[in-house]
Amino acid sequence: MNWWQRLLRRNKMEEQLEKEMRFHLEQHANELIAGGVSFAEAQRRARMALGGPEQVKEECRDARGTRWVEDFWQDLRYAMRMLRQRPGFAAVAILTLALGVGASTVMFTVVNGVLLRPLPYPQPDRLVAVHGHTETWNAKLYGEQNVAYPDFLDCKRESRSLTMAGSIFNDGTVSGSGDPEHVDFQEVSSNIFSVLGVQLAQGRAFLPEDDQPGAAPVAILGHSFWQRHFSGRTDALGASVTLDSKLYTVVGIAPAGFRLRDTEPDLLTPLGQDIAKFLQSRGPHPVGVVARLNPGATLAQAQEELSLIGRHLAEQFKDTNADRSFKAEQLRPHVGDVGSTLWLLLGAVGLVLLIACTNVASLLLARAVSRGRELAIRAALGAGRGRLVRQCLTESALLGLFGGALGVGLAALGFQPFVAFWPGTLPRAEEVQLDWRVLLFALIVSLVSGVLFGLAPALRAPAGELEQVLRAGGRSVVGNSRRLHSTFVISELALAVVLLVAAGMLGRTLLRLTSLDPGVNIRNVLVSRMSLSPGVLADNGRIRAAWQDVLERARRVPGVQSVAIVDTFPMREGNNTLGYWPTADVPPEKERPLTLATSVSPEYFNVMGIPLRQGRFFNEQDRMGGEPVIVIDEVLAQQAFGGGQNAVGKRLWMPDMGYGPFVVVGVARHVRHWGLAGDDQAQIRAQFYYPFAQLPDKYVRRWSELMSIAVRTEIAPLSEVESLRRELRGAAGDQVLYEVRTMEQLASDSLALQRFLLLLFGIFASLALVLACIGIYGVLAYLTGQRVPEIGIRIALGARPGSVVWLVLRQSVGMILIGAAVGTAAALAAGRVLHRLVEGMQPIEVSTFALTIPVLALAALFASFLPARRASRVDPVIALRQD
Amino acid sequence: MHPKSDLPQGTLDLLILKVVALGPVHGYAIAQRLEQVSRHVVQVPQGSLYPALHRLENRGLLAADWKETDTGREAKFYRLTAKGRAQLETEAASWERLTEAVALIMKLSEGGAE
Repeated sequence: MNWWQRLLRRNKMEEQLEKEMRFHLEQHANELIAGGVSFAEAQRRARMALGGPEQVKEECRDARGTRWVEDFWQDLRYAMRMLRQRPGFAAVAILTLALGVGASTVMFTVVNGVLLRPLPYPQPDRLVAVHGHTETWNAKLYGEQNVAYPDFLDCKRESRSLTMAGSIFNDGTVSGSGDPEHVDFQEVSSNIFSVLGVQLAQGRAFLPEDDQPGAAPVAILGHSFWQRHFSGRTDALGASVTLDSKLYTVVGIAPAGFRLRDTEPDLLTPLGQDIAKFLQSRGPHPVGVVARLNPGATLAQAQEELSLIGRHLAEQFKDTNADRSFKAEQLRPHVGDVGSTLWLLLGAVGLVLLIACTNVASLLLARAVSRGRELAIRAALGAGRGRLVRQCLTESALLGLFGGALGVGLAALGFQPFVAFWPGTLPRAEEVQLDWRVLLFALIVSLVSGVLFGLAPALRAPAGELEQVLRAGGRSVVGNSRRLHSTFVISELALAVVLLVAAGMLGRTLLRLTSLDPGVNIRNVLVSRMSLSPGVLADNGRIRAAWQDVLERARRVPGVQSVAIVDTFPMREGNNTLGYWPTADVPPEKERPLTLATSVSPEYFNVMGIPLRQGRFFNEQDRMGGEPVIVIDEVLAQQAFGGGQNAVGKRLWMPDMGYGPFVVVGVARHVRHWGLAGDDQAQIRAQFYYPFAQLPDKYVRRWSELMSIAVRTEIAPLSEVESLRRELRGAAGDQVLYEVRTMEQLASDSLALQRFLLLLFGIFASLALVLACIGIYGVLAYLTGQRVPEIGIRIALGARPGSVVWLVLRQSVGMILIGAAVGTAAALAAGRVLHRLVEGMQPIEVSTFALTIPVLALAALFASFLPARRASRVDPVIALRQD
Repeated sequence: MHPKSDLPQGTLDLLILKVVALGPVHGYAIAQRLEQVSRHVVQVPQGSLYPALHRLENRGLLAADWKETDTGREAKFYRLTAKGRAQLETEAASWERLTEAVALIMKLSEGGAE
């Protein structure tokens, strides 16, 4: 008989086994009787010789190899019965686990979507990103380099192993019917969709003939843009869109959720049609290159090829391409630094899960101890120790699975709000979904926690000394389990301390950061990006005039106190860094210290309320042709000249500016450019300001695409938005304000991550606190319950209620002290991790412990007071009669 | 009576195969035969006989049929399969080699270590 037959013909097998044993015993007994032994004695001796028919049968069943399936089924039914018998126990255990598994699954769903899932293109492992590469470039600080357009065309033509596509970011104004709108669009090479393997939702992709200078302007709409402007109508195909005063015919619509270089473009246009100067030169590097490995080619081959092409170009174009090469890397989603935050949260949630498991383990242990007699009877009836352990594990694994299933349900509800609450936008948020990985994770977590918390009680299954257990009942085993119970409670308390201290640290950090002075007066300041009318951008004189006009018009709006234009803002993305030197013999680029550069109109300091330390701010006389002037901040003054007093009148040389040297006319207060939290740890903190009016002509157009306006108002700034919009629309009606925020919002956003972490750690810590209290209550209630007869005797002998309460509390005080000590050590380690991962994090201080540990101790004492009081009210008569 | 020593590990299977090789035989008879031949020397616990038989049967070294005994009762008779016979031969051979080697070493130590 094979394995399956043995499994399926179980009854027949049992029957034959029984028959075989009976035959053996009868033969043996018959022989003994023939030798003169009495019938009863013969029966007894035959059994003795065989060594217990039931035990032998069990071993024979084991030999079948089908045992575990049968046992498993039996255990499963038995476990279900046990859970139904004690619905209260089952409900508490399952709910506790569901909370733990649910919270971890939410976190894992997010980690999975953001960090683990492959890119949403077919065969993502064949996709490659091509970057420019020079030895001196600090990719950690600035990100990877893109590629010059002519270089891209050369690589694309020469490469045999890669099919390359390129794209550049651009932005502009869509006008026509309705309000003008600022849009982000990308110019792409015609093959971008085929390289990525993406099918358009409607219409066609760009053709090679679209990708030429002078070809008819065509555009592909992003899905959201299509919904916004055409309400999803199919007649969008063939319609036209006015982008920067140029008419484009719509030929296709991108599929929903289509993202290119981690953003969803509003529009796509053919890159080859763009005749801008910076695309003709090998100097600027604007093109992001994505490529697909051709069949059979490897990444190493591609890299070799690119290095070769890079060398050829370097020889051919020494001015621009010397030392420049290209590198190919597997294409990965860009998620910035959220990774560390996500892992941190997954770790924290893991602690909550651990507490939940410990809780259930101590519940199970209490039950296992009171079930000691039942287990002993089973052992006496022939159940092996392994068999009993398996049965206990089946029960706890079943609990784990139920808890896990409920937890997945909670997670399915919970991950959307989590993504929505994420500060700013969570990268790849659209990828965060329940998928097979998440389900597998939840399954493994529930099973592992099932086995983990079931193991300790299961290993207590009786091995020897059955009769002692049987005779003593459940009570006498308490001594052994007390130590295990205390260990559980201590670990729960310790874990709760870690989470509480972490939450305390975050709270203190947030308090300190909120009280920091950002360096600007953030009350009543409105900031907004602004794009000028596309019509004026052709001519530098008209651009300067247009900005002057913007400033004058904005100043006329009622409620506006002062107004300025500026290229980069504090506490908002975007910065311009330059190397400087305080003498004329400027060293090579790599050796120059760096500073932030900000281009402003004279009113900027008034609008932002930046205090002047020395000298003067800019005025209308600082213009083209005059001496180049700058205002520096205290940090730069310190770094370059050793202090503010000496700085005014000194000079700085900055070759990247294209003019200079610059005379320092004033020293201003330092502004927290990198946000309230980030500025202290930022690599580049020094700042200087220069007048927009002195910006050389060659930069004016590019800068105008970046400029924002900043307005100080007398009334609530957001109520001014509409009148500003109306006033600044311009002669052609196509000037747009976009990304409108107040400085107060920006300051608050710069702490969003810290606030979010505090919220989550607060939730985790309270969850941990509640679970730990339930745990300590359950354990003490159980231990005290086991001691009722002893307490009864003490009371009968004259012990007062107070001393009985103390008898019970003494146990928990011990556990709380050890738990707090262990937790403190663990929290010190955890604090170091937090300090590294969270910007502006305060180091641990004694006060954090002094605040959090008493909270825990009081809660735990309260939880243990209930069983203690109950013990003091034990009626000695009833207690002594019990059992 | 000398104290009986325990059966060396793994030899029970070999002994069972050897007994069954002599012809179809039921469990009780195997137990008796083992006890007769090994009397005073080794302890064959009856309790471990049946699990061993069932294990050998499940591994396909033994086959079993229900037949009547001389006294007319139905019993489970074990016989050797071809696979069992091959197994018996290899195990017997290796047992022989082992005992020879052990005997050789014992003699060596009597003659004094070189």
